[in-house]
Amino acid sequence: MIPEIGHFALILALCVAVVQGILPIYGAAVGNSALMAVAKPAARGQFFLVLTAFGCLAYAFAEKDFSVLYVAATSNSQLPLHYRLAAIWGAHEGSLLLWTFILTIWMFAVTLFSAHLPESTRSRILGVMGLVSIGFLLFMLTVSNPFERLIPAAAEGRDLNPLLQDPGMVIHPPMLYMGYVGFSVAFAFAIAALLGGNLDAAWARWSRPWTTVAWCFLTVGIAMGSGWAYYELGWGGWWFWDPVENASFMPWLAGTALVHSLAVTDKRGGFKVWTVLLAIMAFSLSLLGTFLVRSGVLTSVHAFATDPKRGMFILVFLAVVIGGSLALYAWRAPRVGLGGSFASVSREGMLLANNVLLVAAMGSVLLGTLYPLFLDALDLGKISVGPPYFDSVFVPLMAPAIFLMGIGPLAQWKKASVPDLTKRLRWAFGVSVVTAITLPIAMGNWTPLLSLGLLLAIWIFTTTVVSLRERLTHVSGDSFMGRLASVPRSYWGMIVAHCGIAVFIVGVTMVKGFETEKDVRMNVGETATINDYTFRFDGAQDVVGPNYTAARGSFSVSRDGREATVLYPEKRRYTAQNQIMTEAAIDPGLLRDLYVSLGEPLDDGAWSVRLYHKPFIDWIWGGCFIMALGGVLAISDRRYRIAWRRQEQDVPASNRAARRKVA
Amino acid sequence: MNIKWIVLIGLLFLSGPVWAGEARPLADDPANEARLKHLAVELRCLVCQNQTLADSNAPLAEDLRREVREMIAKNMSDQEIIEFLTARYGDFVLYRPPLKASTTLLWVGPFLLVIVGATALIITLRRRAGKVVDVPVTEDEHRRVEQLLTEGGKRP
Repeated sequence: MIPEIGHFALILALCVAVVQGILPIYGAAVGNSALMAVAKPAARGQFFLVLTAFGCLAYAFAEKDFSVLYVAATSNSQLPLHYRLAAIWGAHEGSLLLWTFILTIWMFAVTLFSAHLPESTRSRILGVMGLVSIGFLLFMLTVSNPFERLIPAAAEGRDLNPLLQDPGMVIHPPMLYMGYVGFSVAFAFAIAALLGGNLDAAWARWSRPWTTVAWCFLTVGIAMGSGWAYYELGWGGWWFWDPVENASFMPWLAGTALVHSLAVTDKRGGFKVWTVLLAIMAFSLSLLGTFLVRSGVLTSVHAFATDPKRGMFILVFLAVVIGGSLALYAWRAPRVGLGGSFASVSREGMLLANNVLLVAAMGSVLLGTLYPLFLDALDLGKISVGPPYFDSVFVPLMAPAIFLMGIGPLAQWKKASVPDLTKRLRWAFGVSVVTAITLPIAMGNWTPLLSLGLLLAIWIFTTTVVSLRERLTHVSGDSFMGRLASVPRSYWGMIVAHCGIAVFIVGVTMVKGFETEKDVRMNVGETATINDYTFRFDGAQDVVGPNYTAARGSFSVSRDGREATVLYPEKRRYTAQNQIMTEAAIDPGLLRDLYVSLGEPLDDGAWSVRLYHKPFIDWIWGGCFIMALGGVLAISDRRYRIAWRRQEQDVPASNRAARRKVA
Repeated sequence: MNIKWIVLIGLLFLSGPVWAGEARPLADDPANEARLKHLAVELRCLVCQNQTLADSNAPLAEDLRREVREMIAKNMSDQEIIEFLTARYGDFVLYRPPLKASTTLLWVGPFLLVIVGATALIITLRRRAGKVVDVPVTEDEHRRVEQLLTEGGKRP
């Protein structure tokens, strides 16, 4: 019964979405405020309907209702409750429901924080989001229904893929989807502005916080996925340039470009046309990512061809959304004004150059991800595009972008002078170059890439110091603390996010340059040493988990004869599908991780063991979280807070009603 | 003399596990193993979803690693080993696709993108500089924006 309620709620949600997608947009076009007023209640209604559906699916999982096909396919009676709930997004159908649910959450948020928007703009935004929602609801109801019954019911479920039975998997997909779907707000703002023909600075100011929030979620989501791969896959890598990873990285690159382009549109009125295009691009890539991961096209083009229903639906949906918005763009964008003039060497110019590099990098990732699929589809042979390709293409594109990232914040808007910039930055440059060359030599391993990585990281740090110092001399304030406090939060956000990139680069560079690895055969009592750390194997014993049995090894780690920690890596066998999983044991640290993973059992109690010493690896994820923190600081800027506060306090209900009529 | 022996034996018991000795490397020949790893990170595990030969635990990957190990032991060069593997499994086994007619676009594409992007950027900026009458966001507009943002669309 409960699953049918969920199914019915989805059907109702589709009806509401159709209303929400048509009436408010039409109303805005003809200036009918009654039709426009439909948008808000429709969006909220849709949210509650999809919430109901989501709750029904969660209930089916919690109650182990194996008469629901999706529940039977992705969970098991032995599976603990929190993993049964995470199994909602463990496979195709549920992920789509999560996608739609998050879309309605964003819609609901727009209805809450849009009292300051003109009615026509708000109706158009919610209308566009409703149209997107139609696509996803229709998809679920026609070819991918999470509530489909299995009659007769299965006695036992097939279980969730053991790889996904991990706390990281509980949080990673919702975070990632919050980012993906969050770009739908920026997209809806852009389409609404194109429809209304009012691409002004206010439009940019409104879309900025939404875009930044989505970008923060995406950043954290990607970082968590990468961290999960690091400790769960058991071979210590953190990024594999896997198509699934690329699918989330492409919207991130486009979104990063968008965040910067919006800053120019907001401050200087420029780049409008380009900003709109980026907003369309970021959301299209989010859709493409969903399509790539969820259609089975990645496993094999031919598998996709044998069951083409889902794939075809998404392809058509993609074509309609991307094609439709680009057509609208081609039609309306030329009428948009140009904004303020600027010289090539100016902050605008540099941001634009950076945007070109970011988009080129995004295009390369797209090319590398789709190329094998196209070759295969055209019968031109099967090839693999992997890390060696992406590394050799990506680094030359990103290095100049990051170099510019150091200069940009110091360049004036409108027109900057090269000699002046050189003068202000020569110390930063000198310090960076000298450190980048001498540091690796001092540490005993010099390679060009190592120096390049360090150069870029230190360059960002030093230019940030220069920028902050100049900034502090220009603001008013009696004391040092007073001056610090009068620097706006948006500026802090920018430098924190940029330093996040630098921290990230340090992590990547140091791991690549100084990682040590040892594959050993260890008997009970034997030791192995990497760097200063000695690992003693104290044997393995059998343990029983809720839905698995495991061999748990015990390793005492000591440094200079002193006990440092004890690590317990496991080799698990999940009983439902008889799958073997490696659970690495990690001792994390600011300057290094120690990583132990069990290989295979050998004769008389010995095991093959893989040991790693990974310097600075946590800086990789730390950097990502710092970037997201920068985003959070930026949206907590005074300008936005004032807007929210005024909206809450200064606008009484009667006023709002009056405004509706005026707008 | 006696005391020395007692101390030594005592030490032996106290620090027992240390005497169990240093673990042996898994590979018989560490130099060959390093070469294998160097090669294996650029090779694909043919039966896996998307894993390098170095990372995969699949039985077939283990077999293939053993074969590569044997080829290394026979003193074949990296080039020869890769040629042998491509002859047998096709380009699919290489994570670094070889440059040939069908992959030209793949390798040239990224740099083409930058060149096209940079050219478009320069042309647009030039043309823009000719066209634009300097209408930056004026004070008046700023005020209107401020008003829009705080009061929402209400016309003065």
